[in-house]
Amino acid sequence: MKRWLAALLVLALSAMAQEVLKVGVVVSATGPAASLGIPERNTFLMLQEMLDRTGGVAGRKVQFIILDDASDTTQAVRNTRRLVEEGVVAVIGTTTTPASLGMIPVVAEAKVPMISLAASKDIIHPVDAQRFWVFKTPQTEELMARAIVADMVARGVKTVGYIGFNDAYGEGWARFFEAEAKAKGLQVVASERYARTDTSVTGQALRLVARRPDAVLIGASGTPAVLPQRTLKERGYAGLIYQTHGVANPDFLRVGGRDVEGTLLPAGPILVAEQLPGTFPSKRVALDYIQRYEAKYGIGSYSTFGAHAWDAWLILKPALERALKRVDPAKDLASFRAALRDEIEATRNLVANHGVFTFSKEDHLGLRFEDAAVMVRIEGGRWKLERTFR
Amino acid sequence: MDVTILSFLLLDGLQNGVVYGLLALSLVLVFAVTRVILVPIGELLMFAPLSLVWLLEGELPGTLWLALALGGAWALMARGRGALLPLLGGVGLFLLFLVAQGRPFLAHGAVVLLVVYLGVATYRVFFQPMRGATVLSLLIMAVGLHVAYQGLGLVFFGPEQFRPAPLLSGEVMVGLSWQGVLVLLFAALSLAGLYLFFRLSLFGKALLAAAENHLGARLLGIRPEEAGMVAFAIASMLAALSGLLLAPLINAAYFMGFMLGLKGFVAAILGGLASYPVAFLGALLVGLFESFTSFYASAYKEALVFLLLVPALFYQSLRARTVEE
Repeated sequence: MKRWLAALLVLALSAMAQEVLKVGVVVSATGPAASLGIPERNTFLMLQEMLDRTGGVAGRKVQFIILDDASDTTQAVRNTRRLVEEGVVAVIGTTTTPASLGMIPVVAEAKVPMISLAASKDIIHPVDAQRFWVFKTPQTEELMARAIVADMVARGVKTVGYIGFNDAYGEGWARFFEAEAKAKGLQVVASERYARTDTSVTGQALRLVARRPDAVLIGASGTPAVLPQRTLKERGYAGLIYQTHGVANPDFLRVGGRDVEGTLLPAGPILVAEQLPGTFPSKRVALDYIQRYEAKYGIGSYSTFGAHAWDAWLILKPALERALKRVDPAKDLASFRAALRDEIEATRNLVANHGVFTFSKEDHLGLRFEDAAVMVRIEGGRWKLERTFR
Repeated sequence: MDVTILSFLLLDGLQNGVVYGLLALSLVLVFAVTRVILVPIGELLMFAPLSLVWLLEGELPGTLWLALALGGAWALMARGRGALLPLLGGVGLFLLFLVAQGRPFLAHGAVVLLVVYLGVATYRVFFQPMRGATVLSLLIMAVGLHVAYQGLGLVFFGPEQFRPAPLLSGEVMVGLSWQGVLVLLFAALSLAGLYLFFRLSLFGKALLAAAENHLGARLLGIRPEEAGMVAFAIASMLAALSGLLLAPLINAAYFMGFMLGLKGFVAAILGGLASYPVAFLGALLVGLFESFTSFYASAYKEALVFLLLVPALFYQSLRARTVEE
């Protein structure tokens, strides 16, 4: 009797599986990266609701299987394996760079397309046999570093200092920022590191102040980015202070308070969507996303990180529609996944929250910094658009 | 390297060092009395300022429910007359929190009491039942609690940092804020307080006796459970007060307890988990070392600080004797 029931259940499940398109999602809804992962998860919950209401993609139901990796690489890899076995057509995620890097071999082996929500360029560059399957939506450090250096040059900065996390985030920024700065004729006079959990950066700040740079870039993300800026101010540093787009959330303003007034940072256009000129390509998409997100989670609740998740779906949805015309996933999942990957790579001029995506065989990021970055200044506890690069 | 930078680095190292020192003292005390290496001490430190932030915004922090739940378990385990203390304590704590919402002065006292209650309940519920267990089992329990409390900290307070207003604002001179002076003063006072407590009061002497020799102390009528509770109470009080004083300087978040606790642990190891003065001096050494390495080689700071453990462990391994009591 029990066996019968089990067999029936399996039949029923496989019958359902033919109908539903499963999309695997891995985000860091808990752990140190949770402030990024939670809006991403919320965005997918919102998408799920929307798709259930409108009937999915090309007449097929879509189901997001959302798993939490707790900001941990091992967990992210395990989740990815599980999703592949569940028969997902694509994997979206995860929030952090190290965990995303860990997922690449898994999706490459299983031949499943993946869209990462993490920042580092290493995730999609160079496009080798494994990264053939991998795309990503957030701007890279390289792209944003270009924006920062362009802004510094425009302001007549000659010497710069750098202080960043002593992990992949800070090292990535150090590498790309210092290379870009040297290429544009700026002199890098100090390069310091600190840990996210550090309780004091006095030593590093003193070293920076002693070298008297015209500007300092803080390569950190979230509220831990406040500490060096406050220490620099306390030690009497009066030059320009730049932060990265990793601080673009309300908590940074709340903890930073008066200490972060006047800070310059590059950001995705969605951060200042309503201040953008009407000709800016992302403006309309971004305002739409903000309105939907705030309708569900409250006024002022949106963040730029959730918008990366939305962008991933903006890319995936038309690719799914096109791939469905070519292959039926219920008959041949493997070739559907391959077709989907090709269709993602064929994305051209797709206007999203954070810029305009045009993928190619060599470029799986697909953003130009003119469309994907704007300079923002913190003024009166708010983000104020300083300039665009268009 | 000029005199100004040197003095800044010294002050910075001192300020961090004394906090590590207080944690190291707590670790040594708890270890001596109960054989527990109190890994979650960093979490107890972190609970205080974050609960304060919540309380001042007029909300009851999640830590209150955690403490009350543990207090309930404590009362169940004690039953009879012994249940009176946790029950009354829990009710008192709850009422105090209701009154203290949005009142800075009361709120500070309330969160210190909360953390002390939580610390003692932790001992009563988790460690006392495994009194006879090996140091390793106790350590496993402590690590488990650290992970659980840190996770609960994330659930209660979210992933971001918070910064309570300093008790005293402004700077005494460049490089030293009044809040920093408070931290130093508090360290000096607690050192003196602990010294007097152990030298002069009967209870302190009983605690030392229990630390020295459990069996002997029991023969003289000192109850090891009580000694354990007092040790936990002192440790959590020191942690809570350090947390409250430190938080305006460092931005408190759910994840910072571990690093602070770990550096306190390094200092305690330098003192062989046995000597209070060496542990405290070790903590100052860790603080100063950290401050200077962050100036000269910031990328390797953490590694260099923990490298301090190697010679200390080597020394300990040379003089270790395998004598179980």
